[in-house]
Amino acid sequence: MNTKVNIAGVELKNPVTVASGTFGSGMEYSEFVDLNLLGAVTTKGVANIPWAGNPAPRIAETHGGMMNAIGLQNPGIDTFCERDIPFLKTKDTKIIVNVCGKSTEDYIEVVEKLADCPVDLLEINVSCPNVKEGGIAFGQDPKALYNITQAIKARAKQPVIMKLSPNVTDITVMAKAAEAAGADAISLINTLTGMKIDIKKRCFAVANKTAGVSGPAIKPIAVRMVYQASHAVKIPVIGMGGIMCADDAIEFIMAGATAVAVGTANFHNPYVTAEIIKGIEAYMQENNVEDINSLIGCVD
Amino acid sequence: MSKVKIRAEVVSCKEIAEEIFDLVIKAEEIAKEAVCGQFVSLYTRDSATLLPRPISLCGIDKEKGTLRLVYRVVGKGTKEFSGLSEGYYIDVLGPLGNGFELNSERPVIMGGGIGIPPMLRLTKEFSEKGIKKEDISVILGYRDEAFLADEFSEYATVYLTSDSGKIGLKGNVLDAVKEYKISGDMIYACGPTPMLRAIKNYAEENNVKAQISLEERMACGIGACLACVCDSKDIDDHSKVKNKRICKDGPVFYAEEVEI
Repeated sequence: MNTKVNIAGVELKNPVTVASGTFGSGMEYSEFVDLNLLGAVTTKGVANIPWAGNPAPRIAETHGGMMNAIGLQNPGIDTFCERDIPFLKTKDTKIIVNVCGKSTEDYIEVVEKLADCPVDLLEINVSCPNVKEGGIAFGQDPKALYNITQAIKARAKQPVIMKLSPNVTDITVMAKAAEAAGADAISLINTLTGMKIDIKKRCFAVANKTAGVSGPAIKPIAVRMVYQASHAVKIPVIGMGGIMCADDAIEFIMAGATAVAVGTANFHNPYVTAEIIKGIEAYMQENNVEDINSLIGCVD
Repeated sequence: MSKVKIRAEVVSCKEIAEEIFDLVIKAEEIAKEAVCGQFVSLYTRDSATLLPRPISLCGIDKEKGTLRLVYRVVGKGTKEFSGLSEGYYIDVLGPLGNGFELNSERPVIMGGGIGIPPMLRLTKEFSEKGIKKEDISVILGYRDEAFLADEFSEYATVYLTSDSGKIGLKGNVLDAVKEYKISGDMIYACGPTPMLRAIKNYAEENNVKAQISLEERMACGIGACLACVCDSKDIDDHSKVKNKRICKDGPVFYAEEVEI
């Protein structure tokens, strides 16, 4: 039975990684999950300098999910390289570093600092809905997405995954722009911009007013977008959005995802990533699936 | 591996004041590791409410392997927990957070509202350390209905206050400090943010140290998601910015470390 998948020349032992921002750099979750089991660890977005993030409250619960506006708080690339990469290198898993920035120059600075670091893939966050500059501004305009993708590809030593926003009219336009600019893969979806009002206090539930909605409530939207995007481009797609169990992960793979990322579910169950990997193997055994790759986009 | 998520059996669950519930669960693995001031996260059965609910430890019985959690019904999750009874099961993650430092010979322990429960375990531990009842001052602030007050009286000199004046002194915990001239070598406090802010100011003005237990909405509960941060006075060693994770670096902080 083969569970290995390939993202832009990087072999993952299985298709399961985590959604950036939900898992830190894996240290905290390593108390619950053997990180060696994961196909890859995708780290929280890192910028060129430390970012303080948004004021609290930064999250709120929604029906079947949650919303967050953390604001990409991160310790900056230098600390990340000194502390987080050496930790992850002690594990037998691939490292996907999520990169954020306020300007093209910010992204480039991080990408260049990572060039000589032992990381496997870069995921470029052009889809965070919770920061005023950068983030989603690059991910909602195909021309801006094309330009930043091209600029990063010109400097990056590792393969580049562009993480796309669902807050667009047509996801295929964005997927094609990323591919045309040389992206090696795309990942989607980031969170959907939402709002919640506390009617007792008559205020916004999250201090940032708007926040990104995640969790199983948004899964059908994510599956649809992964299906559309994976049929619009030839580069691999990493699918995510509300995956809670192995069945959900398999659904994304059948929609066209080569790998999947588990996000909000980690908060509900810190052991969930390992359980999903086991569950995928069990599904393959029960259904006589020899190779996980045969399931990718199989519902056509 | 000190933190675990387990399915715990409910030993008992009863309402001890209006909307205040006293839940005891059997959670040996967590109880054996837990220290006072820490908390656990409770999970609902309803799959529409995914996030765990952080609840402070009111009691830790290491022999019986039980935890006592006293909470107020404030939303869907705690409403569901209020329906628990003996023999039910609940998923629980813990122990979480840092806990109080018991570095005081004359503690002044202040609890406000649903910040009172964790102070009971703290008070008991000071008593078990051999600190005499007259050297442990406990000030409890209520809206208008008391709970747990009798249990504090076993270990400490207890002063009661309430917003309505129905119980004890009409006013807040700091009004009691002035009225009864209460003093000590360390303040311990848990309660609503305005109360903790006033205590932080009081501690600075009177040159006494204070350990305060903070609260914020949480998602992971283990320090990964950065939802529950508070502002810190200095750049934090982990975050490299001026904020700290309440779930991991706290919930207990020295008042001078944080801006609230």
